[in-house]
Amino acid sequence: MAIKFIVFLPLLAAIIAGLGNRMIGNFAAKLVTTGALFISCALSWPIFIMFLQGVLEPGVVPVLSFIHSGDLQVDWALRVDTLTAVMLVVVTSVSSLVHLYSWGYMAEDDSQPRFFAYLSLFTFAMLMLVTADSLVQMFFGWEGVGLASYLLIGFWYHKPSANAAAIKAFVVNRVGDFGFSLGIFGTFLVFGTVSIPAILEAAPGMAGSTIGFLGARVDTMTLLCLLLFIGACGKSAQLGLHTWLPDAMEGPTPVSALIHAATMVTAGVFMVCRLSPMFETSTFAMHTVTYVGAATALFAATVGTTQTDIKRVIAYSTCSQLGYMFFAAGVGAYGAAMFHLFTHAFFKALLFLGAGSVIHAMHHEQDMRYYGALRKHIPITFWVMTIGTLAITGVGIAGVFGFAGFYSKDAIIEAAFANGGNAGQIAFAVGVFAALLTSFYSWRLVFLTFFGEARWAGSEHIQHAVHDHHGHDEHASDEGSDSHAPVHGHDHHHGPVTGTAGYHPHESPWTMLVPIILLSVGAVLAGFVFHDYFIGAETGGEFWKGSVAFNEHLMHAMHEVPLWVKYSATAAMLTGLVIAWWAYIKDTSIPARFTATFHHLYLFLLNKWYFDELYDLVFVRPSFAIGRFLWKRGDEGTIDRFGPDGVAAVVAGTGVAARKLQSGYLYTYALVMLLGLAAAASWVMVR
Amino acid sequence: MIGIQHYLVVSAILFVIGVFGIFLNRKNVIIILMAIELILLSVNLNLVAFSAFLHDLVGQVFAMFVLTVAAGEAAIGLAILVIYFRGRGTIAVDDINRMKG
Repeated sequence: MAIKFIVFLPLLAAIIAGLGNRMIGNFAAKLVTTGALFISCALSWPIFIMFLQGVLEPGVVPVLSFIHSGDLQVDWALRVDTLTAVMLVVVTSVSSLVHLYSWGYMAEDDSQPRFFAYLSLFTFAMLMLVTADSLVQMFFGWEGVGLASYLLIGFWYHKPSANAAAIKAFVVNRVGDFGFSLGIFGTFLVFGTVSIPAILEAAPGMAGSTIGFLGARVDTMTLLCLLLFIGACGKSAQLGLHTWLPDAMEGPTPVSALIHAATMVTAGVFMVCRLSPMFETSTFAMHTVTYVGAATALFAATVGTTQTDIKRVIAYSTCSQLGYMFFAAGVGAYGAAMFHLFTHAFFKALLFLGAGSVIHAMHHEQDMRYYGALRKHIPITFWVMTIGTLAITGVGIAGVFGFAGFYSKDAIIEAAFANGGNAGQIAFAVGVFAALLTSFYSWRLVFLTFFGEARWAGSEHIQHAVHDHHGHDEHASDEGSDSHAPVHGHDHHHGPVTGTAGYHPHESPWTMLVPIILLSVGAVLAGFVFHDYFIGAETGGEFWKGSVAFNEHLMHAMHEVPLWVKYSATAAMLTGLVIAWWAYIKDTSIPARFTATFHHLYLFLLNKWYFDELYDLVFVRPSFAIGRFLWKRGDEGTIDRFGPDGVAAVVAGTGVAARKLQSGYLYTYALVMLLGLAAAASWVMVR
Repeated sequence: MIGIQHYLVVSAILFVIGVFGIFLNRKNVIIILMAIELILLSVNLNLVAFSAFLHDLVGQVFAMFVLTVAAGEAAIGLAILVIYFRGRGTIAVDDINRMKG
């Protein structure tokens, strides 16, 4: 069946490109990986379309047997149902386009086969994750994407900041994965199986039972769901475990687009949706998901408004949108969550790749303070970025036409309202306010980048490019900025240096433009074409075929919310747009005056709510201190001192003594011989 | 009357002199050879004394054997000494310290 090709072609390509590496050359490696991904993509869309038409039934394709040990029965198997089909098209489409984009973006890099092998490996792991039929296989994919993410964040391993970011991503994800693995163990303990359909079938029966955990009796399903949700939080960068995502921007931009925007970070949302019948059995867990999601949406959106690095703005935007997806799942609107995941993949990948195109044009300058007036110079990038921004801010007129985000984000906000509960009301209010902030920071990005005066002269990268045209190769991988020092700079202190410095931005090559243009088609149409299937009250249940807990009642309520609720998101979006326009086009002195007036608030947001500093103080420093103590006192002071070093010292001391015995003089030997003889004789006689 | 114990005392004194001659001597390897001779002679004296005292000729035969071996030993020892002197130019005991394992 086609699904095997879809999943294993990227693995094959990764092996060929990865092991062949320099032997097969750049071109062959790129061709093999990109080709495999496009074939996967071409095979995925028919599956998705057949599910849209309702002609394909969910099924499981066995591949290999894996673990058979007592009760634990795990097999490699590929599950294909609606949820998987949605993820298949998202993953393979974005991945194949990112592969193609990387032809242009990574053209000057000297380890391209490695890069493409990692990308394909990631795609394979992600596909294993979304087709998983058992929790163990899902965990395999889960860790696989984590590994690929680590490798790709640290792809430019000669940069200390990239290594630090890679390690950070890995370590923070370990925290989440620990929760996830505990959740899997607990699930096996409770249900005696790790097969997802069996668990979901048995889950309602376990509602209300209790289990011993850390010496307390707790509700079984709540505990399991919360443990699994911790895993989702780590992978999807939810508040508390989000700190790795902005730093992950140290990786090459195509990686940010594929892994840290469109696919891997949505794995948590996917997992919650996949296990939705389980989450449905615990109200407390659902409320937790809602609150965490809403808090993340708000937190990330506020931070996004102050960042100046173009990729970081989009990273926080991703974080915020993931918050939306989670609170959609939390209020029971799994269809809406998956719909937003689907549309978000297109427009966020588009925004990232567009940002990559801008960075490419601006000679690897990533600071928006040094952009401006790029509209005329890179018109195609400008238009696709505008489309992406229209999509993420949710522009549209109800009942006529809207960009992708209009359908999905508004559906989430309406679903939160329709949920009726306390959590739903809070999520609704937060969602509307975050929509305002989303609109503000998205348009701020566009206005700072493409409008106003050219402020390129202040950029070191640009100056470098102007003075040294041949230095391009060396700079090819010089993206990113050190993220760990707390930021104290302000917009107004730097004092924008206007002028072009004689630099001429160039539009990106076609390999970069084609993927962005294709994605922009998705960003325009994904919402309009598919919203009936994903969130339609009547058609939705038929489309999902039970692969998520589709709540028809909620969907009905969602479509019948009061008119002001329907328009609240659009109103918030327009307000954000007007503020951004006022502050960054009409009167550009406003941001400086605002930051001067609300200095502490500004610093608080600029330093990302001081999460990194807090974690540094609470976790990182104590761990270093413990590590140093164990190293100096425990290892060197105790184990080494009395262990290997001690034994060695005893041997050496004995050697020194023995050396004195062996003088080489005849009379010494004779004396020893005599003494020995005398001793032996005495012994014989005394005996 | 001279009894067996007188012989034994003389023999013991000779033996101890011989032993001290080996490892208190810092001068000359020849003295070591002579000390060994002294030890062997003290043993011979013992053998002969017991032989006479016990009326058993075996002791005197053994003494003859020991004399023979002592002669051979002295010859070989002196030969080694000559070779050693040719090689190192000295036979001072303090300079002979190459017997380290």
